[in-house]
Amino acid sequence: MEELVLSVQHVTSGYYSGGFLRRGTYQEVLHDVTFEVRHGEILGLVGESGTGKSTLAKTILGMVKPDKGQVIHYTKRPQMVFQDPYSSLNPAYTVGWILEEPLRIFGKYSAPERKRRVREMLDRVELPEECLSARPEELSGGQRQRVSIATALIQRPRFLIADEPVSALDVTIQAQILKLLKTLRNELDLSYLFISHDLNVVYQLCDRVLVMKSGRIVEQGPVEQIFDHPQAEYTRHLLAAAE
Amino acid sequence: MKQNNYLRTGLFLTGVLAVLICLGFFWTPYSPTAMNGSEKFLGPSLRHLMGTDNFGRDIFSRVLKGAGTTAGIAFCTVAIGAVCGTAVGALTGYFGGIVDEALMRFNDVMTAFPSILLALVFISVLGPGSKYNVILALGVVFIPSFARVTRTAFASLRDVNYVKSVRLMGAGKARILLVHMLPNTAQILLPAITIGFNNAVLAEASMSYLGIGVTPPDASLGYMLSEAQGMFSAAPWYALGTGFTIVLLVFSVGLIGEGLQRRGKEVA
Amino acid sequence: MLEIQNLHVKFHTRSREAVAGVSLSIRDGEILGLVGESGSGKSVTAMSVAGLLPRRQCDYSGQILLDGMELLHADRTVLRKIQGRDIGVVFQEPMSAMDPLMRIGNQVEETLRIHTKLSREERRQRTLEALEAVELPDPVTIYEKYPHELSGGMLQRAMIAAAIISRPKLLLLDEPTTALDVTIQAQILELLKRLNGEFGISMLFISHNLNVVRKLCARVAVMQRGLLVEEGATEDVFHTPQQDYTKRLIAAIPTRQRKEAP
Repeated sequence: MEELVLSVQHVTSGYYSGGFLRRGTYQEVLHDVTFEVRHGEILGLVGESGTGKSTLAKTILGMVKPDKGQVIHYTKRPQMVFQDPYSSLNPAYTVGWILEEPLRIFGKYSAPERKRRVREMLDRVELPEECLSARPEELSGGQRQRVSIATALIQRPRFLIADEPVSALDVTIQAQILKLLKTLRNELDLSYLFISHDLNVVYQLCDRVLVMKSGRIVEQGPVEQIFDHPQAEYTRHLLAAAE
Repeated sequence: MKQNNYLRTGLFLTGVLAVLICLGFFWTPYSPTAMNGSEKFLGPSLRHLMGTDNFGRDIFSRVLKGAGTTAGIAFCTVAIGAVCGTAVGALTGYFGGIVDEALMRFNDVMTAFPSILLALVFISVLGPGSKYNVILALGVVFIPSFARVTRTAFASLRDVNYVKSVRLMGAGKARILLVHMLPNTAQILLPAITIGFNNAVLAEASMSYLGIGVTPPDASLGYMLSEAQGMFSAAPWYALGTGFTIVLLVFSVGLIGEGLQRRGKEVA
Repeated sequence: MLEIQNLHVKFHTRSREAVAGVSLSIRDGEILGLVGESGSGKSVTAMSVAGLLPRRQCDYSGQILLDGMELLHADRTVLRKIQGRDIGVVFQEPMSAMDPLMRIGNQVEETLRIHTKLSREERRQRTLEALEAVELPDPVTIYEKYPHELSGGMLQRAMIAAAIISRPKLLLLDEPTTALDVTIQAQILELLKRLNGEFGISMLFISHNLNVVRKLCARVAVMQRGLLVEEGATEDVFHTPQQDYTKRLIAAIPTRQRKEAP
């Protein structure tokens, strides 16, 4: 059996609408979601807005507690790259400071060691060294996304959730970031959960796909199978729209 | 970028005032309490820039000293209000929940009263007449407004991506609040501080004017204004000089606040 | 019908020209796609046509002719008459383009209130027709709703209704489908095609998404750094791009054609 990095088992999650004193009705966001992420794979998660993709990501990372089911991590410190590169980096600090921060938090590195690791990571995400003294606002969207990826990876996680990491970027930049993600996966032995609404991007990048609709997984399988022989009505519908 | 004349003018005027006030702590043209029977009720002249009062005291010297007291009280008040208010706002804004709800409702009740009225209540409990009690009373009254402003800022920053990602990295709560969030509230906090400073100047002035603030031998601008009222027909320059100083102080600090707000908008 | 001649726009705060000499034309009943990445000047070009340039903050020169009428240098009162009546605009974010406190019906009929002397009842009638034309179900109910009660796709339809209600000659569409889900995107594109066919409205469709442009537009213009780098029939541009930049742009489109070897 293949090694797992993440196992999500029968996760159901929701919230109560309503206010301070009055408990409103229960709104289910995720319904009995079960899947696994295998070692070294890029698992795509597609679905339209409001299907619970982001809630699923939050649940996996422990920001939201599931009402039922469980999430089992087989790796330490999973990280996340967010969609909007403009709010992912603290505007009050320089890129160098931001990149060092995870190492400072982790706490067992000396200052020269931190600097060395930051340089190495900067090199991996193909950013010039001048970036270190720049503020996030001076960088382009693509550069910022590279910095976000570097910050997520500098603690050496084995599993990364990427929530629409390229949808805010121009197509040519998109292609570069996707290529970078692929290279990093191979070099650093990573596994991804790649969330996207763009089926074509998922097709290019991912090994397996989950298709989600209204909080449920309607279909999952290898990319070729899902794209060439979709079983669920909804998947066919999605594919036709993205043609 | 467009030149921010508000900020520049404000900083310049406040700087000049600050230098004069600092000077007043060490040196004034005359002793502010020295009486001179032969120089009563003199109008403004080169010898006495703002004239003299009924005891022949040099008003300019008194204003310098008084402005120092007023500014000092306002500064300490704002410091108490800003530090405690930010602490409350940060904790409630970040953690939310029932404590947040309760504190904010309490806050609503507090802000429903005019702050000066609340300060009067506090001062009557603490005992009037000491400038430390004035600082304490006003400082406490200023906490809710700072708490409100910073709570909103912290609550909105809580869900911003960079805060989420440092949480994922395992950063402690204190580090998240102080290192990652606090600097990004500066855009809201700094203008609030300047506005708070001005409110404190005015509140101190009104309290001393009403006779429950600073009392002799300390003299604040508010106390002097109430003194000046009694001799307005004989020495109008006393009230004018004092009043003008209050206005100038509030105006220049207000300019800084306006400038900071405009700069914040430009950045955003 | 629309003619842009040698348009230059330079903002005071930037050293580079946002638009550096663009000439374009749209024929009657045509949908022209304007593509480019962020900072290419496509939105600034559209703003110039719509008369939305912040004139005090930039230098501009050239000519924009709508049926022979000069727009770029026209004064405010003339522009105001044209805005909304002859040119309709649809923006990317339907949620932020609408007033959250105003009923959908009132927002859709706003241009009629400004440009015509129709009575309240006539305006309402025209609005219901427009809502029907954009295929919103049950226009009478929608008329009374507030923006937050509609989904993104429905709001965008309402925006389109507002833009076409005064039967404009030209519809400016600034990334109208970018914020929407793919299935909704496809529906909106169908709708635009239909409106173009039925009413013969010319459209300038701005997008960074080449796939979308390919589905909708017969002709396409590609912009890069303020310049028009390529222009032609959409299929020609896609199959035999002449310029390096266009080639790169097309190569970067994620497709389902093939996958790189792992």
